[in-house]
Amino acid sequence: MTARISWIGYKTIVRKEITRILRIWGQTIVPPAITMSLYFIIFGELIGRRVGDMGGFSYIQYLVPGLVIMSVITNSYGNMVSSFFGAKFGKHIEELLISPLPSAIILSGYVTGALARGLMVGGVVLVISLLFTHLQVAHTLVAISVLLLTAIVFALAGMINAIYARKFDDIAIIPTFVLAPLTYLGGVFYSISLLPPIWQKVSVVNPILYMVNGFRYGILGVSDVSMVQTYGIIIGSGVVLFAWCMWLLQKGTGLRT
Amino acid sequence: MLALEVKNLRKTYANGVEALKGINLEVKEGDFFALLGPNGAGKSTLIGIISSLVRATAGETLVFGTSVQQERSRAMSYIGLVPQELNFNMFEKPIEIVANQAGYYGIPRHIANARAEKYLRQLQLWDKAFSISRTLSGGMKRRLMIARAMVNEPKLLILDEPTAGVDIEIRRSMWEFIQQINADGTTVILTTHYLEEAEQLCRNIAIIDHGSIIENTGMKSLLSTLDIETFILDLREAISVAPEIEGVSFVLRDGMTLEASLPKKKSLNFLFSELERQDIHVRSMRNKANRLEELFLGLVDRNSGGKKPGDTQVVAGVAP
Repeated sequence: MTARISWIGYKTIVRKEITRILRIWGQTIVPPAITMSLYFIIFGELIGRRVGDMGGFSYIQYLVPGLVIMSVITNSYGNMVSSFFGAKFGKHIEELLISPLPSAIILSGYVTGALARGLMVGGVVLVISLLFTHLQVAHTLVAISVLLLTAIVFALAGMINAIYARKFDDIAIIPTFVLAPLTYLGGVFYSISLLPPIWQKVSVVNPILYMVNGFRYGILGVSDVSMVQTYGIIIGSGVVLFAWCMWLLQKGTGLRT
Repeated sequence: MLALEVKNLRKTYANGVEALKGINLEVKEGDFFALLGPNGAGKSTLIGIISSLVRATAGETLVFGTSVQQERSRAMSYIGLVPQELNFNMFEKPIEIVANQAGYYGIPRHIANARAEKYLRQLQLWDKAFSISRTLSGGMKRRLMIARAMVNEPKLLILDEPTAGVDIEIRRSMWEFIQQINADGTTVILTTHYLEEAEQLCRNIAIIDHGSIIENTGMKSLLSTLDIETFILDLREAISVAPEIEGVSFVLRDGMTLEASLPKKKSLNFLFSELERQDIHVRSMRNKANRLEELFLGLVDRNSGGKKPGDTQVVAGVAP
């Protein structure tokens, strides 16, 4: 297997994924844009005015990084799980499984597709947020790196979900019962300094808290957690999830009988 | 050189079903090879292992000398697969499906697009190239899978019941296409329930039943073992009762059509003269072309210890 074949194969998977995202833009881009607009109107404008400042910023400004990273998490995970499970369910994943492409390239292609969807939606949400408030980016590199790494981590998690899933119900369980609670309790809407000490201690075991705060630090320059811990947790979970994905793909779990 | 070499291949599924019981098989480069067997015999498992979709429990599979188990990527670069079930994204366009498949084999996009057009045209699908695949007819979907399998210009093309559910006209055009592919040097392995198809197209044959190869020989030599041939006779005048001639069995299909089965040692002259004596005049005749069917059923029946094969679809599936 030459690097050239792998590179062309990788580009083909990415092209296919991006074509899919754009073909069904009404399902992939529009719904999160509408949902986030409602969040900005209700929580940012209507309720936010009564909340007052948080972390030295207006509530709507404090909310923007949280909602952007929440969109990225939800959409990178959602893209991977729906696209890969859809391919498995429709059996067209066999197009890739019988090809010479190694597992790492298949995984990279799908992760890049999920990353693209996460960034597209994140970008749309960011643009919508500018209709409601103004923002200045405090630490550009931190903001970009946390955003990319978070999208990759959740794309990998989505792949694991898709590999183990046997029916469509199985791909709805994790987003509904795990991802949504962790995201909503991960400091998207508030600073954990507002919580009683016991709940602050509980919150720090939630990995999404670090991603939300890492991105918020990149945009606003404020965070409830240290950046060293943030990068450690994001990169560490990324490495573990990548190894897990590779192990599953090499073994052929759920794909090769 | 051998296009395919299967050595002592075993497959036992997690539920304990032993699908392949240590089979050995060789397919020469350039061959047009039939792999036949009743449903559940192990054909699809074998094809799955060759194409790396199924993991072998033991044994080895070599494609042009490259082990599927040891060097999967290289072995896969030689193969094109047309599976039994439709397995493309119904929401994509044929041009995308075929060009993307080329990309998975490392073919640059401009070449992939040109090849996709070439094979879609050859399979009479070009006018549907930009339609959503879901809207294609059953026959078109089958041809799309052949175009997709050909886009990497494989040295070994595996067709797992490619003409299932396809009307006779399209089936014949598919045969012509595959014959041309084979004539151009591609080795073809075909599984089919249309035994007439295997008889007409293939040079060598293996019959698999209950996970074992029960026959592996040349098509001609297999057919030569058949000592009875059946002919359809169209009569000049209607008859009401089948004639009786010693050593020949008759079935009267309708008043004007008679089916005659006679041993090879008896000549057609003998048959015609006997019929003439009984005032039965033959207007035209044709071979029933079911020779392979008879052999197949005989072999499978023998392998089942005298019982009929579990799945009679094989008989029902024979093309008229």
